[in-house]
Amino acid sequence: MRTLRADVVVVGGGGAGLRAAIAAATARPDADVLVISKVYPMRSHTVAAEGGSAGVVGDDDSVEQHFADTVSGGDWLCDQDVVEYFVEHATEEMQQLERWGCPWSRTDDGAVAVRRFGGMSRPRTWYAADKTGFHMLHTLFQTSLKHGSVRRLDEHLVLDLVVDDGRVAGVLTYDQRDGLPVLVEAGAVVMATGGASRMYAQNTNGAIVTGDGMAMAYRAGVALRDMEFVQYHPTGLPGSGILITEGCRGEGGILLNADGRRYLQDYALGPETPVGSPQNKYMELGPRDRLSQAFWHEQQAGRTVRTPRGDAVHLDLTHLGRELLHARLPLICELAEQYMGIDPAVAPIPVCPTAHYTMGGIETDVTTQTSLPGLFAVGECASSGLHGANRLGSNSLAELVVLGKVAGERAADFASSGGVPSTAQVRRTAESAAHDRLSLMGRGTEPPSQIRDELGRAMDGGVGIFRTREGMTATAQTVAELKARYAEVRVVDTCPVYNTDWATTVELGAMLDVAEATVHSALAREESRGSHQRLDGFGERDDERFLRHSQAWFDPAGPPRLTYAPVTITTSPPASRSYGDAGRTTGGGR
Amino acid sequence: MTDPTTPQEQLGTLTMLVHRFEPGTDEVPRFVEYEVPYGQDTSVLDALCWIKDTLDPTLTFRWSCRMGVCGSCGFVVDGAPRLGCEQFVRDLGPGPVRIEPLANLSVERDLVVDLEPFMQSLTAVRPWLVPDPDDPVTEGSHTQTPEQMLAFHDYTMCIDCLLCYSACPQVGLSPDFLGPAAITAAVRYDRDSRDHGQRERLPVLDSQDGLWDCTFVGACSTACPKGVDPAAAIQQAKAAAARSWAAEFLLPRRGDRP
Repeated sequence: MRTLRADVVVVGGGGAGLRAAIAAATARPDADVLVISKVYPMRSHTVAAEGGSAGVVGDDDSVEQHFADTVSGGDWLCDQDVVEYFVEHATEEMQQLERWGCPWSRTDDGAVAVRRFGGMSRPRTWYAADKTGFHMLHTLFQTSLKHGSVRRLDEHLVLDLVVDDGRVAGVLTYDQRDGLPVLVEAGAVVMATGGASRMYAQNTNGAIVTGDGMAMAYRAGVALRDMEFVQYHPTGLPGSGILITEGCRGEGGILLNADGRRYLQDYALGPETPVGSPQNKYMELGPRDRLSQAFWHEQQAGRTVRTPRGDAVHLDLTHLGRELLHARLPLICELAEQYMGIDPAVAPIPVCPTAHYTMGGIETDVTTQTSLPGLFAVGECASSGLHGANRLGSNSLAELVVLGKVAGERAADFASSGGVPSTAQVRRTAESAAHDRLSLMGRGTEPPSQIRDELGRAMDGGVGIFRTREGMTATAQTVAELKARYAEVRVVDTCPVYNTDWATTVELGAMLDVAEATVHSALAREESRGSHQRLDGFGERDDERFLRHSQAWFDPAGPPRLTYAPVTITTSPPASRSYGDAGRTTGGGR
Repeated sequence: MTDPTTPQEQLGTLTMLVHRFEPGTDEVPRFVEYEVPYGQDTSVLDALCWIKDTLDPTLTFRWSCRMGVCGSCGFVVDGAPRLGCEQFVRDLGPGPVRIEPLANLSVERDLVVDLEPFMQSLTAVRPWLVPDPDDPVTEGSHTQTPEQMLAFHDYTMCIDCLLCYSACPQVGLSPDFLGPAAITAAVRYDRDSRDHGQRERLPVLDSQDGLWDCTFVGACSTACPKGVDPAAAIQQAKAAAARSWAAEFLLPRRGDRP
């Protein structure tokens, strides 16, 4: 088998992976850093992030407030040591991006501008119009090109971690262009493969967001933590799920039900704020979990708007005026026009909640280290402990660079002290894994697209915004059946190059594993916290039993084994989580 | 929740003739006909995904974001380079409609083209911000007014979809030509008030395969789905290179900052 070596392998070329690669190359210029990505890095899904990236600026804001917003936003399931590190380093990373050329939007005097975002008590979200992820990704990618020690394997699908003697020894990957498997022996591996929300039928994610890295770590014996916490973004386009940024509401957009009422005032987010005067942590600037839950209630009550692609509410931006919309939200104008035939300057955009982000992922500590020596994980694929039970908008882009830097430095250190393992056993393991995966080609009876569609419907149905034991059990059963069918999955295509039939089937296997961890973690959490809300008698937060992280451990024979681990609390003991006026009087809201 | 797999109201069907080429099997490309149902919001990309899911899993094309920002799904649709996710089937026809890979790039398989030459061009133009050698900003942020941003901002919007390479007659004639998107990436930094790298980029642009290959047909700007206007960037680069020569001649050693 073709075999390569690198000190640090970064799997994934999105924001987290590229930041890690640059950090590794900067910290240890003699280290050989290799970024392996299944797409060209500028296609990575970071590209689709819109609204912005958090970092405290200005005298009226403080890292303490950013900390408090994040911890209460996460319904106290955040590891507070991680939140502390994050808020203290977010601004310097935004500035670093600026010095690398990121075209942040500016105020008239040439300073970087910030905007309001949901659940944040102050405007602290840096933005590049409404293409923030796009600009961050291209800035990081172009900056990475100047580092000669950062090499890349583009359009290489990583199939598995190679573990030897209790540590990571490398990765097995497949070169789509040359059509052959490649073993990359590595001193350390940084997993930066993004989320898994493509396992839901209606989601905001690109086709590539299939949980590959989560599944690889999971199969290698690392816990997937807090997988039950899946964020529904309250404003996606019905049907396609295309993201309509929270920045719309940060700029003053309002949400209306079928009766034209700003219904969020009925869900402990009010009182109603004047149109054109958005107020942090009120109404439309509440957190995503609460807004998606409010939609669900409106839908149950028959107050949503019927569209050809499902129920929706109206996101009204008309009062903002064409000039501001085109300056601050140009992409949204384009998307609304192209995909809905709507000019947001004259008509509201129909929106509904769609699966968006996995708060959980590969368990790491504050240094991005996993329980498997040599394996680090960062970005959406990781559960660093930052987001708890609900992520605040604009904390994830910042996480990519704050913790991406940590991951790159730590991985480079690890590789430098541990060397690059290379044994006959490593090669045999890789050969055998390659054989297993490649033997999928040209066999089977079960069409993968049907398994994928059924998985999506089952996840939407059972592990959505509100959950019941009955619904989750049905989904768990469906996922088990789909896994059984996957054993006979049909891959028609036998061409070795650019075999996307096979590659998407490999990705489907990852989604099935991650889905199984998600639904079983959700079933076992008998409380309601953040994005995990139950209708079957567990409607309240239960700190006594569940102020704990869930850990799902892979079991090849059946559902995952579940354990629980403590949450790190430093300065903010659990309190009531409130927004709107209620947030003014309780500790949770400030 | 909404079930996106619910069939929406069908407007009709369209015959698509899709370019197929499997290396090692096909000696020459062939076109395969597919009859595709479509509704109000079916894009060419949706149609290709439908073919792959229901008719032929071997049909090969790139895609990801399906919202016009990742740049993966450029195809030639009825002779014109388009993003598959932004071209709606309802606006095509009556058919048959030809779906081909981007032109001027070698075909790896079906609708997948070789991006490696572009990646090399992009890297060659040094598309990163070079700090002021005399007074680098090492902490905090630069100051840059919205007006200063206007000088380069449109050029930051390039998604590297390479529709402009497909449209550009010069890319077809001289394969080593840097091409519109790569030159635009260089100009994007050259015109950024924070950057001091113009002198490093000039030899790459002002070279045999650099910007002088461009004959200013402007097809790149017409094809660009993001309003980037690479033709304008190339003209600005030509003017800057010419000014640099003049300055070099008149004021030796100061030619780097015209």
